[in-house]
Amino acid sequence: MPPIVEVEAVCKRFGAVSVLEGVSFQIRTGSVVAIIGRSGSGKSTALRCINRLESIDAGQIRVCGQEVTSPKLDLSRLHRDVGIVFQSYNLFPHLTAEENVMLAPRLVLKLPRIEQRELAARVLAQVGLADKAQAYPSQLSGGQQQRVAIARSLAMKPKLMLFDEITSALDPELTGEVLKVIEGLARDGMSMILVTHEMAFARKVADHVIFMHRGKVWEEGPATVLDAPQTEELRQFLGNGL
Amino acid sequence: MRYDLDFTAPLAYWPELLTGAATTLGLSVSATVLGFGLGVFCAIARSGRSGAAARVAGAYVEAIRNTPLLVQIFIVYFGLASIGIKLGAFTAAIAALVINVGAYTAEIVRAGIESVPRSQLEAARCLALSRWQVLRHVVLPPAIERVWPALTSQYVLLMLASSITSQISTEELTAIANRIQSDTFRSIETYLIVAAAYLALSLVMRVLFWAVGSIAFPRRRRLGTPL
Amino acid sequence: MISLTPEQLLFLLRGFGWTIVLSLLAFAGGGLLGFVLALTRVYAARSLRTLAMLYIKLIQGTPLLILLFLTYFGLPSLGLVVEPLLAAALGLSVYVSAYLGEIWRGSLEAVPRTQEEAAVCLALNWRQRLIHVILPQAVKIATPPTVGFMVQIVKNTSLASAIGFIEMVRAGQMINNATFRPFIVFVLIAALYFALCYPLSAWSRRLEGRFDAAHR
Repeated sequence: MPPIVEVEAVCKRFGAVSVLEGVSFQIRTGSVVAIIGRSGSGKSTALRCINRLESIDAGQIRVCGQEVTSPKLDLSRLHRDVGIVFQSYNLFPHLTAEENVMLAPRLVLKLPRIEQRELAARVLAQVGLADKAQAYPSQLSGGQQQRVAIARSLAMKPKLMLFDEITSALDPELTGEVLKVIEGLARDGMSMILVTHEMAFARKVADHVIFMHRGKVWEEGPATVLDAPQTEELRQFLGNGL
Repeated sequence: MRYDLDFTAPLAYWPELLTGAATTLGLSVSATVLGFGLGVFCAIARSGRSGAAARVAGAYVEAIRNTPLLVQIFIVYFGLASIGIKLGAFTAAIAALVINVGAYTAEIVRAGIESVPRSQLEAARCLALSRWQVLRHVVLPPAIERVWPALTSQYVLLMLASSITSQISTEELTAIANRIQSDTFRSIETYLIVAAAYLALSLVMRVLFWAVGSIAFPRRRRLGTPL
Repeated sequence: MISLTPEQLLFLLRGFGWTIVLSLLAFAGGGLLGFVLALTRVYAARSLRTLAMLYIKLIQGTPLLILLFLTYFGLPSLGLVVEPLLAAALGLSVYVSAYLGEIWRGSLEAVPRTQEEAAVCLALNWRQRLIHVILPQAVKIATPPTVGFMVQIVKNTSLASAIGFIEMVRAGQMINNATFRPFIVFVLIAALYFALCYPLSAWSRRLEGRFDAAHR
């Protein structure tokens, strides 16, 4: 089975600053990959290139069978196949949790109202928030909002989920509930890429770890690489804790 | 010096005053609804991607905001008639009011649109919503909810400005007042009564807007807090 | 101009001049009263503050045209002789005072409380605090919205035509009665108003931008 994500020699510049310098990696279907690295290492940018939030200057990216850089790309299908959860949740403040989750199924998948409701109830229960369906984002804690954001992406039944530092904006006591949801998704076989600072979590959940440094893939391997880093830079990074 | 204020003479004209007030309200509500539509359309044009549309909308807004409503009304009523487009006084009044309030609405709604963070748009696009769906479901509702108080004030001002249409003989409240005071010679009393009527109409409009806001923005009704 | 004689053009420009004069009169009269109102609303006793607020709310809730008619038709019935210019200047001044009063009250209250506290701790009395500490800062805050409101004043002078004062719009109506070219006449008048108002609007926007940058 072909990899669900293939990144080949990708380069990206922001003006004069080169953020990605020849990044290559592959993600197998059903695997959980953690991308770690310092701020400015290019990890978030690499993630955002995968679902075309950022364009690339050189190289190729293939996601779910589509060539992301091609002008013939079906962007709508790409967004349906790839779900993304952001650091600042980005919930729609004027809609309830349920309405947030139902919006895309209603407008894009064109599901009838009853099916929208059932779908919303199911994914909200999956993230443990069945009782908060009628709440507005301002009435929810950070952890709850992030879980609604995950549910909102799951409702579209994506083949691949991207997580961009989803616990970085949360108070420590709230990260646990979010990470539990991710663990559940991993158990269910969802292909996931997590850009994260949570080393302990990466160790627990990830099949594969990619360490990025100065815009390049510096070191990668199974999760055990976190206990036995090969390169000096990764050793320093892990030693410093962040 | 006249010390005796006599309100009974002008008050005897209360049927005409009521009709005038109704006309004022009718003018204002019609112009509000149509002006709101025009304004939202222009606001979208100004924050959209088409540079030409943005410039045209921008020129329209600047032209209206820097010229007096009275002159706009004269151009619509007298000016258009002289080049072949003859409008009745009431129609011309509404047309001029709509064109006028549309520009102010455009500015207010544009500020609302720009207050929606880009991250909202990103999240919506990543859910596979089309550009139009994002505008209609993710940008406009919170934008308009946020500027609803400013819009309310603007449309109350519109209602007060509708008095200017008396200058082209629209039979609204101010025109009626002029007639009454020339009949009764009780100018102070007449205009005081009419001023009070306008205050009452302002209240009516604010209540109307509050009601529409409660229906259109369930979040505001339930939570009571601003966005 | 295409269909206006030089005399008519001159007549129009004289009206333009009176528009400017009336605007300045309204700004001066309304500004003086508005300043008193603003100070009252911030520093005076509770009853006076309420009175000032009621005055402002009343005036803001009344159409300017009604105010002008009240002055022009109402005052003579009290025995006073009122000419269009006086009625227009009076009516506009009352109108302007309510709006400038509100704008300037907001500006006074926008000066950080800490400034007042620091001045008190330096043993300055009320007058000294106001003149040397609060007002200079309030003026800076007030400038952008005040300049923006000047645009409203200029536009509102057009209503003086309704009580017979020969400013630009009235001049235009009289020319129109002679030439029957309303489209050209009123579009020309609109252009003249634009020439007056647009620079003020642009200046106000620039001031606002600079003010925001300074306070970020």
